[in-house]
Amino acid sequence: MQGSLIDANRPAAKSPALFLKAVGMGGASPLLSIRGVAKTFGAVTALRSADLEVAPGEVHALMGANGAGKSTLVKIITGVFPADSGQMSLAGKPALFRSPAEARRAGIVSVYQDPALVPDLTVAQNMRLARVPLDAVKAAMRDLGIENVDLETKARRVDFAILRLIDLARALASKPSILMLDEITAALPADLSDRVFAVVREWRQRGSSVIFISHRMAEVTALCDRATVLRDGITVGVTLTQGAQEKIVGMMLGDEVAKAAATPVARRPLAASTKPPALEVENLSYGHMLNGVSFKVQRGEVLGVAALEGQGQEALFDCIAGVRRAASGSVKADGERLNLRHPADAIRAGLVLVPANRLESLLPQRSIQENVALAGFGRLRDWGPIAFGAERLRVGRAVTKLQIDTRAAAEVRRLSGGNMQKVVIARWIAAGFKTLLCFDPTRGIDIGTKRQIYALLREVAEQGAAVLLFTSELPEIRLACDRAIVLFGGRISGEMGAAEASEARLMRAAHGLPHADSAA
Amino acid sequence: MTAFKAYRALQALAMPALLVVALALTKVAHPDFGAFDLQSLALGALPLALAAAAQTVVVISGGIDLSVGSQIAVANVLSASLMQHASFTQSLLLSLLVLAAGAAQGLVNGLVVAVSRIPDVVATLTAGFIWGGVALLILERPGGGAPPAYLNLASGQDFGPWLPNALLVMIVAIAAIWLPIRFTRIGLLIYAAGSDPVAAFRSGVNVRDARTLAYVFSGLACAVGGMALTMTTGIGAPLAGSYYTLSSVAAIVIGGVSLLGGRGGMVGPVIAALLLTLAPMDLIFLGIDPNYGQVIQGSLIVLVVMIAGLFAYFQDRK
Repeated sequence: MQGSLIDANRPAAKSPALFLKAVGMGGASPLLSIRGVAKTFGAVTALRSADLEVAPGEVHALMGANGAGKSTLVKIITGVFPADSGQMSLAGKPALFRSPAEARRAGIVSVYQDPALVPDLTVAQNMRLARVPLDAVKAAMRDLGIENVDLETKARRVDFAILRLIDLARALASKPSILMLDEITAALPADLSDRVFAVVREWRQRGSSVIFISHRMAEVTALCDRATVLRDGITVGVTLTQGAQEKIVGMMLGDEVAKAAATPVARRPLAASTKPPALEVENLSYGHMLNGVSFKVQRGEVLGVAALEGQGQEALFDCIAGVRRAASGSVKADGERLNLRHPADAIRAGLVLVPANRLESLLPQRSIQENVALAGFGRLRDWGPIAFGAERLRVGRAVTKLQIDTRAAAEVRRLSGGNMQKVVIARWIAAGFKTLLCFDPTRGIDIGTKRQIYALLREVAEQGAAVLLFTSELPEIRLACDRAIVLFGGRISGEMGAAEASEARLMRAAHGLPHADSAA
Repeated sequence: MTAFKAYRALQALAMPALLVVALALTKVAHPDFGAFDLQSLALGALPLALAAAAQTVVVISGGIDLSVGSQIAVANVLSASLMQHASFTQSLLLSLLVLAAGAAQGLVNGLVVAVSRIPDVVATLTAGFIWGGVALLILERPGGGAPPAYLNLASGQDFGPWLPNALLVMIVAIAAIWLPIRFTRIGLLIYAAGSDPVAAFRSGVNVRDARTLAYVFSGLACAVGGMALTMTTGIGAPLAGSYYTLSSVAAIVIGGVSLLGGRGGMVGPVIAALLLTLAPMDLIFLGIDPNYGQVIQGSLIVLVVMIAGLFAYFQDRK
């Protein structure tokens, strides 16, 4: 077991016992100890080898970039699903939970990212459902400052932020020895967050432990004693949090920083243009997800968008593509203000979307030909018979251009993820567009196909189109974009040219931290 | 908040009010409507009300039971063939046996759905064929019977002409099935499993057991429904059950139970069963071909679902 922990590629690979000594907690025997936990979902590896040790009376942060495996680890600890391998022990004894109910009985309770309250039951019924005494819940709700919530209201009718606090109150009421908070502050206004912190500190005073997951670095350093950092499903280090912001960011990025030096796709400098920008977004707002976002994309430019999960990027793309209607603000294409009520409006204005979920925009049982041609049907001939000759010609050109593997052309669902993605892009090339909106087009795609897609985006830009590219993989910004904006909490928290868009800088902006130079 | 409570009260009263209006209209259309017609309404609606009760419990738990009709048929032919030459006391004891058989049927349905994870529509549809075959094996053609005192339990009028036994049996049987669900932890589990199985699981609910339990309750309700059919018709008929499967779904939809699970109660579906029985009677009173009944039933469902959808829409906009 210990042997597998040593990995030449991991700079900080030491045994957890060594970590403990290194950070001054070697004296206390851990309350919870996890060694080498791994989990795969189908072809996707969520956790390779996760280690975690939590001391009694400790607030322990679990950190990592998107997809590093934090939530998976929380769900394994609480028995939502089993681990493929690895060990877990609680207070020195081996432990394995088959359901959250079992974990709760053993004193481990989690507040998940999505509240675990049944929407059609009242708040009080939900407490009874989990066999939690109502008086204790009321006391916890007082501590959290939400005592005015009517317990006879159905959970469905309670605000999301309040619902998460009720979930927390329920967790507190069962007096767990280990409380896990997965992004508890993500949807909370500042005053309620402060209440949560106060309760967490009080909890530590009583000798209980808290595992705290948050993307907000400032919270972590202020609240937590130590942090365990995961990267690509592997525990890469444990550190005291005090003054360790840079260290934690470094661990979350890891060797990737070195890889960032990889050569970007060749690009020509943008010619100064007097024409109005291909896409201009002004003060776009959507609920609490998007707050007054403004930016421009010129013809021939690839603008990158970087953000952690749930910072408003989905709403931004959906609003521009006409999938959702923005609450306020405007979207202009070639200087003309658009009235976007439906994706068809956006497509007519030349704004086309390549969504995150490829299957969302494909007809999986139909052929490549039909899928590629579908978007162009409006143009080929509005009604009446399909012009198959013209269709074949256009589709054939697009397929060749994108080097789509046509061995499984009869049914799109048989294609690999990368080839499916190409089909989605090919349909817009066949149909024609002015601005391509790409939402995380390289997620789960092999490195070779990724390169082809970057090159394709550059080529599309050089032929005069504009591209807006959101990517969850920060190195891509440098490789494929001319410029980047960073979203945090529904606002733009940073803007920079591709040359300056180092992962460290993007990561800081994505966590809402000021640029390192100005912070010092 | 008070406006909301008033709205909820209105919602709870909507179905009883609809029944009163329907009865009033019937009286206008057919001034002779009296105790005899009330008796035939209660007799006709009794098995359907129990079928609706069976369907309600399963749908609230997040499933659907397309074998309701066949389960009723099995209980119907089983009771009619067993009780044919039995005394009244023996018949009462045999009723317990039929109930046990119904619970077992429900358990099998529930385990197939909850454990094997075959989609509930597929599992209960095929279970329906199987139970339908079992009914034919028990009684090949309509026949059998039960002692008159037993039949009288539902078809008599022991409490005066305006209070038919069938109505009392309906109230007592449905209360016996529903009250233990509504006022114990069982109901909490069933509603939770249907409303949001993931949240329920994370709250510590054994969703599989909750869903299986719902099917057991459905089996019990179907067994009562089948025996009620024996009492009201006097015989066992292996093919009589098929009407109840889709009609039970119609009744719960009209009665305000969400097919998505987790929402609805028992009063609505039972009143809907009365309305669905009253509609064809009214057509006869009005001299319209009763075959229009199906058309009316279908239109009624679409109308009710549309109105419910409209209410939900305005509620969400507030």
